[in-house]
Amino acid sequence: MRKFLPISVSFVFGVLMFALWFEDSESRSMLHFTLIDYWQIIFAFGLLVGVVSFISVASRKISRGEEPFYNGVLIFGALLMPTLAMIDGLQPNSYFQWMFENVQAPMQSSVFALLAFFVASAAFRGFRARNAQSIILLLVALIVIIGRAPMGEFVWGGFDELIQWIRDFPSTSAKRAVLIGIGLGSVTTSLRVIFGVERTYLGER
Amino acid sequence: MDITTTISALLTLAVFSFLYGDNPVYKFAERLLVGLAVGYALVINWQQTIIDRLYTPLFIDGRLALVVALVLGLLMFSRFKRSWAWLSGIPLAAMIGAGAGAALPAMLEARIFKQLSATVAVFHDASGAFEMFSAIVLLVGFVTTLGYFYFGVHRSNALAVSSKIGSYFLMIFFGATFGYTVMSRMSILIGRLDFLMRDWLGVIG
Repeated sequence: MRKFLPISVSFVFGVLMFALWFEDSESRSMLHFTLIDYWQIIFAFGLLVGVVSFISVASRKISRGEEPFYNGVLIFGALLMPTLAMIDGLQPNSYFQWMFENVQAPMQSSVFALLAFFVASAAFRGFRARNAQSIILLLVALIVIIGRAPMGEFVWGGFDELIQWIRDFPSTSAKRAVLIGIGLGSVTTSLRVIFGVERTYLGER
Repeated sequence: MDITTTISALLTLAVFSFLYGDNPVYKFAERLLVGLAVGYALVINWQQTIIDRLYTPLFIDGRLALVVALVLGLLMFSRFKRSWAWLSGIPLAAMIGAGAGAALPAMLEARIFKQLSATVAVFHDASGAFEMFSAIVLLVGFVTTLGYFYFGVHRSNALAVSSKIGSYFLMIFFGATFGYTVMSRMSILIGRLDFLMRDWLGVIG
């Protein structure tokens, strides 16, 4: 029962979504949108479970005396946004939006900007022109980096066309082959899920 | 230099302080960001899914089909009681099954058939010698990269040469992707530095 019920549900939902792809009528779109609503609602409840779990883990750490200040900041941040939303709503110029635009968004983009340093230092340490493949990789990366930088057009006027050609032809050819590999993998995994062969999401190994 | 800009700038500097090494200021900023991001996701999820897609249609508009989604969603909370935890597999199975059913035809179309047809279509649009050369590069790159990922048979001489050429195309793809990633991170970094220099300190006009 504990295995059969989830696997049956997965089969029914999977076959239904698959069959709806080929149906082209108003009733199809109604059912299709209802199933998408189901998906999003279940996902939303899953996120709620995740937030409750997140806060309870941080609270447990505080009670055990593990970095109480930093775990307190975690909980404070997680509770602050809902509190502000309850006080002032979500409209533009609300406290919630102010907090997002002036605290969360600048920190988020700073974290992404920080990656520029780490990508550069990792490349410096890891990239060595050992064989033909690594030379090609280095060369193409260098062409794209110099060509995309403002100084690129002063070095050589043809960088834009060259980068565009690399992107549209040799790079795209490999990308398409990789995408087909991903597609075949996704199709296989989807079939395994629908037919109950893949059960790792139920905690099975 | 208003208080809002100063707060954003100080938090930006707090994140950048990680370049010096892991330190208390960075730890504070990091935990605050994670906490706020969780709170933000919770609020947006609550408003856009639980209220707009579940509460309003079900309890105000009377769309009874959503009762099933509500029950499935609530079953997610069974995770918190060990003896009932298996019940959370049912909504998970519905979500994963529906995702697999939707992904199956979508992946076949977008990741496999469209990629194949786009590779061949280039030959129809090729009007000159260079376009034809580019189209051949695309086709050769595509076929050889696919060959590189084919592990089903013993690699004969022809397949070994083909997969070697495929690996060169893969390196072009990786090099171009790396170059674009570095430049996108750089532009975010320039954006943050511009904010600090122009908006906060006012040293750039």
